[in-house]
Amino acid sequence: MQLFLEQLTNGLAVGGIYALIALGYTMVYGVLKLINFAHGDLFTIGAFFGLTLLLSLGLTSHIGPVAGIIVLVLMVMGLVALIGALLERVAYRPLRTSPRLSAVVSALGASIFFQNAIMLIYGARFRVYPHDLLPTTTVSLLGVSIPVMRIVLFGASLVMMAGLYYFVQRTKTGTAIRAAAIDQGAAKLMGIDVNRVIMYVFLIGPALGGAAGVMVGMYYGQINFTMGWVYGLKAFTAAILGGIGNIPGAMLGGLLLGVIEAMGATYISLAWKDAISFMVLILILIFRPTGLLGERVADKV
Amino acid sequence: MKPATIINVLVVAALLVAPYWLNAYWVDVLNSIGIYAVLALSLNVILGYAGLFHMGHAAFFAVGTYTTAILNTQFGIPVLWLMPLSGLTAGFFALLVARPIIHLRGDYLLIVTIGIVEIVRIALVNNVFGITGGSNGIFGINRPELFGYVIRTPHDFYYLIFGFAAITVLLFLRLENSRFGRALNYIREDDVAAEGSGIDAAHYKLVAFILGAFWAGMAGTIFAAKMTIVSPQSFTFWESVVMFTIVILGGSGNIRGVLLGAFLIVGLPEVFREFAGARMLVFGAAMILMMIFRPKGILPAQPRTYNLDFLAGSRGGGK
Repeated sequence: MQLFLEQLTNGLAVGGIYALIALGYTMVYGVLKLINFAHGDLFTIGAFFGLTLLLSLGLTSHIGPVAGIIVLVLMVMGLVALIGALLERVAYRPLRTSPRLSAVVSALGASIFFQNAIMLIYGARFRVYPHDLLPTTTVSLLGVSIPVMRIVLFGASLVMMAGLYYFVQRTKTGTAIRAAAIDQGAAKLMGIDVNRVIMYVFLIGPALGGAAGVMVGMYYGQINFTMGWVYGLKAFTAAILGGIGNIPGAMLGGLLLGVIEAMGATYISLAWKDAISFMVLILILIFRPTGLLGERVADKV
Repeated sequence: MKPATIINVLVVAALLVAPYWLNAYWVDVLNSIGIYAVLALSLNVILGYAGLFHMGHAAFFAVGTYTTAILNTQFGIPVLWLMPLSGLTAGFFALLVARPIIHLRGDYLLIVTIGIVEIVRIALVNNVFGITGGSNGIFGINRPELFGYVIRTPHDFYYLIFGFAAITVLLFLRLENSRFGRALNYIREDDVAAEGSGIDAAHYKLVAFILGAFWAGMAGTIFAAKMTIVSPQSFTFWESVVMFTIVILGGSGNIRGVLLGAFLIVGLPEVFREFAGARMLVFGAAMILMMIFRPKGILPAQPRTYNLDFLAGSRGGGK
């Protein structure tokens, strides 16, 4: 029971991170029907940019650890959002009317470009996050000691997801995004600037992905230029698990996948951890292709 | 002679004499290009002809390669004898995995096939059934022998690989114009309409998958023989991406385009090897630019046209 609860909290913390990345996939897919293979690399950029800021600005010592990390994450989100919007402008917008697979190859090209750019700038070896950022203490809950770090990470991803949900459901821009996801042509006729909507999607998704990158750096302590694609693939699995194009689905799918993976690693086999996620993916697609919460967007693939 | 025929003759002549001019290193690069060309041609049956978004071809390649490696090192069966068997194993594997997913559309299929290639790689790393040698792989694969001649040097392999590639090209050219090939094209353009006119789309898609996998499995035999060591690192998702990119960037559905794609995608990074890390950066950017300027690939497939004028006569005048 103790092990179970321990793994549950671990799974939820990692799942929150998956969910944040999954949101970027699901929003882009919802509006553009494009699998943004470079999204995982935007996440890596977030992790590395966070490391640079941590080492160079010393924010945590100037304005306190909590405020420092919040400012840091916001800065990372801003930068990664800009790169995301630039990516859309350069690599995806010219291909919007092209065959679907050319956009996929463009996305793969962008992924290769980002990965090698990070490698050239930061080197190929693992880089280490400072380990004294967050308190290493634990709290006791139901007889299980849970690291504070996990609670902070899980809380932070919940806050960001709630913020996004509010934005998409309640604001004018959010409504425009949802309209464009249902039918771009009709949205255009209703006076929605679809290019602008797509730009917002490519600002928000990467921003959340960048934040997730910093969170992974803080949680695991180690980052590497290739880490983006494993996380990207997991997050995409999460998006499909919940129902691609569906924002609450991506949140649920991320948390669920994190827990499934943690449990699989504990009770089945650590070596097969990644394979378990992909088997879940395949089973979901075979038996319920629209995901757990169903696809909000009509499937016109 | 048509210009296209002249180009064909020149390319074939250049390929025949190339090894006499090049050192072992560059012949080896050509050999890699040849193997990727065969793999991409086999993927083209699934992706280009049938229009199935398949990004997990490395999984079938891996099954074929490991079949050869295991049977050769365990039972000493001569490598080239294992070619049909490796093809069949890969084809059977394709039947098993493709059967339940063949009905998935577009991107869903793309994602599932990525999942499959990852599961296969993890299975190989974890030494599944205790026969794959884990992350070290399998070494000590015998040199292939052809009529008592041991194929050893890159120059020897060149003729084996390009001979196989030539057979592949000739067979797939025939396939393109066969009843089967035309049915696949019809399914690619509109599978609902194809079903409507009596084509069993699911069946044809499955056969395309198995045929592509069979051919990738045979390529695996040659790969195993050339490397003499096989390990899971050769069958990552990125290998699938390379094959996928060759087909789409060269010109999906067009054999000439796929061959050109193999030369560009596998060959160019070798040419710029001295620029180390930056070359892959440029490579990624080039992929984006190529897609922007030639979204259907460098040599897009020519739409098939039929001359139906003869029908007009029988109806007394036509339009």
